[in-house]
Amino acid sequence: MQLGPFDYAFWLVGFLLEAYVVVCSFYRRAFLRYIPLTIYMFIVALVNGGQYHIIHTYGLRSSQYFYYYYYSDSLLFILMYLVVIHFYQQVFAEMKVERYIRGAAVLLLAATALFSYIVVHDHKDHLTTNFVVELEQNLSFVGVVLIYLLWGAILKLRETRTRLIQLVLALGISYSATAGTYALRNLFPDASMLRWVPPIIGVWLPLAWAYTFTRVSEESRLVTARLAVGTR
Amino acid sequence: MITASLIFVISLATLLQFSISHCRSILASSRKVGLSDRVREVAGIDGQSSVAAEDFRRLLELVRLCPERGDDQSEIRAVGTYYGALDVFGRACRSIIPSLAAWTERERQSCSYFAAVALDRRISYSRDLLTQQGGDRL
Repeated sequence: MQLGPFDYAFWLVGFLLEAYVVVCSFYRRAFLRYIPLTIYMFIVALVNGGQYHIIHTYGLRSSQYFYYYYYSDSLLFILMYLVVIHFYQQVFAEMKVERYIRGAAVLLLAATALFSYIVVHDHKDHLTTNFVVELEQNLSFVGVVLIYLLWGAILKLRETRTRLIQLVLALGISYSATAGTYALRNLFPDASMLRWVPPIIGVWLPLAWAYTFTRVSEESRLVTARLAVGTR
Repeated sequence: MITASLIFVISLATLLQFSISHCRSILASSRKVGLSDRVREVAGIDGQSSVAAEDFRRLLELVRLCPERGDDQSEIRAVGTYYGALDVFGRACRSIIPSLAAWTERERQSCSYFAAVALDRRISYSRDLLTQQGGDRL
């Protein structure tokens, strides 16, 4: 199996957007406020660069690529949790509960790591694609739940910072789409159409974040109640 | 199987909710902006009435006739996609769930207002360009 022009196009666009978000974060002086997000985007860009190198050296069907892809993806999931926790800290900043959030985050990370370790240990003799897909599905679903709770808190606390809200919503879209796609792949392992979804999601997040950093200033505010589905 | 199905359904529901809220956050930026008399005249909007949901496509055509500002393309495209999805959804549920159809109508109206604000900005930009060119010639 070879990569086609669309694969390369998605890869290149994604890579450029990720680099743009990092540069934009520095340029707009948002780096200090969004350190985990910037580091995450920087590492995603590095991982994408590594992916390109592995594919060209070992091939798309090689075990090296298989392990690189899923291990780096798991690492990115953990980093993404840190981004989510950072968003929690921003939303709850005025309530002075950072210590509790940090504690809960460490517990959650430890629990996720332990759960993943136990599952991987039990399946170490048959670490198949199906198993990895299931693990990724579960990890991204934890992300969906975390973001959904955060979104509930944003609505309840009437958070008004447009930039923060858009960053969280973009992440929520990305996590939901990822979890849904992995669930579909679990249900229909032979559906070849699903192959196109992860690259699209991969482009969506840096695209949405790039838009937010470019167009929405840190001072921009909105009425959160109007964003909830079903309101006028 | 059951877990995967459950995760799929929940993820689809949250995906819809996050997507709608994200589009609304983009639309929210235009809510605070009032429409100028100039854009009302160009778009044929009466002074008292608000922008109609059906005006969206016409307004978008007018927006495309103006010189590009370069910074509003992505949000116009995003709102256009949102409007298209609402249009399909509204038609589908018009006879089944009228309250949902009314909600989609309000959302489409917000999209039209957003397009009117975008048109207003582009007209101002065109005028600035013309003024600048006139100044350069002198």
